[in-house]
Amino acid sequence: MGWYKRRLSKSLWVFHVSGSPCNNCDIEILDLLTPRYDVERFGIKLVGSVRHADVLLVTGIFNKKIAPRIKRIYEQAPKPIFVVAVGTCTSSGCCFKDSYNIVPSREAVIPIDMYIPGCPPKPEAMIAAVAKLIGVLNG
Amino acid sequence: MSGWTFFYLLVFPGLLFTAVLGLLVGWVDRKVSARVQFRVGPPLFQNFNDFFKLLGKETIIVKSSLHSLFVLSPLVAFGVTTLIAAMLGVVLFYGFGFGGDLLVMMYLLMIYSVMVILGGSATGNVYSSLGAGREIKLLLADELAFILVCLVPIIKAGYLIKLEEILSAQVAQGAFIGSFSGALAFIVGLLCIQAKMTLPPFHIPEAETEIVEGPLMEYSGPLLGFWKLNQAMQWVVFPFLLIILFLGGFNSVGWGILWSALKYLGIVVIMILIKNTNPRIRIDTALKFFWKYLTPVALLAVILAVLGV
Repeated sequence: MGWYKRRLSKSLWVFHVSGSPCNNCDIEILDLLTPRYDVERFGIKLVGSVRHADVLLVTGIFNKKIAPRIKRIYEQAPKPIFVVAVGTCTSSGCCFKDSYNIVPSREAVIPIDMYIPGCPPKPEAMIAAVAKLIGVLNG
Repeated sequence: MSGWTFFYLLVFPGLLFTAVLGLLVGWVDRKVSARVQFRVGPPLFQNFNDFFKLLGKETIIVKSSLHSLFVLSPLVAFGVTTLIAAMLGVVLFYGFGFGGDLLVMMYLLMIYSVMVILGGSATGNVYSSLGAGREIKLLLADELAFILVCLVPIIKAGYLIKLEEILSAQVAQGAFIGSFSGALAFIVGLLCIQAKMTLPPFHIPEAETEIVEGPLMEYSGPLLGFWKLNQAMQWVVFPFLLIILFLGGFNSVGWGILWSALKYLGIVVIMILIKNTNPRIRIDTALKFFWKYLTPVALLAVILAVLGV
């Protein structure tokens, strides 16, 4: 399986899931594709359909309305799939942690493999996180 | 069926050679596009990594789809592309025919588009069927101009329809692109091929930002891998067809090898530059562009070819 995981680590296709974010993290994710950061160097590509995805980039705090839909998107993705939580909201709950309409545990909705804190995280931080994910895959 | 037939189909001009060359040229496409946008671009074996990764992913057969058609259409399209690649490659590299002529080639190229349409409409997804409908309209738009373009080399070769005869006529009287009608037909043919490969500005059926890759939207895992491999192999098939029809084939002696490679890479780079400098057009604009402007030009090329210009 080592050979296959190396292929997988060199070609991570990313699907972007918005779980009720404030749109800041989403804009920073799009920054990754610009000429300044250019994640296509690592074989990372943003895809439009969840059926093509290897990584789900989840942003935002999950409220009660969006949580079942995120679960459904996770189930629609072909396995193996990795979930990367982008931003402080998804990592710790940020200032919304006592809000009445959020799900108590985001990990109970979908399994999250990696957290990138920051409000919003810098593109460099996201690249570092993806490099760590590649390192995990390579063993 | 001798052993050589299998060798032609599966190894040298056919499956293995076309797949490897196509994936490498797919890298050239991505790298040149990246350089045009002042990016660095992916590493050399990126497309191989993508393909092998997709082979190992889970295949999801969509519940609302027509299962048999959903699974079969990428595989049939793959078989058809391999067959076209073998037929063109045998003419180009060995100089003898596979028993088929230009008409068979046009039919097989159309079967590929039909498979995209069937595969897209079999998924039961709204966006996929929208993409399939657009593929039909695009096929209607470019097919007439493409047939007229294919008529020009036939007429110039003295009404010979077999590919190897067209090639030997060009060896005798020089490449057809040297004449006025040949050059005109070559330019129209280049644009038709851009539409047949659904590259920008004609990527209307799989508009990623609009209908999410259209017919390919619901495919995952190995089936998606085969679609991607088909698209990579088209980077070989269509430029080879243009080289046979207009540029006088390949020369495998001495400096001729370099010249042959330059012909191929030249066509590929022109296509990539057209792809990178044009935004997507609407389907009605595409139809108007092909029927109102390119088809009359192609017709003019045919008339000039009959007159011998």
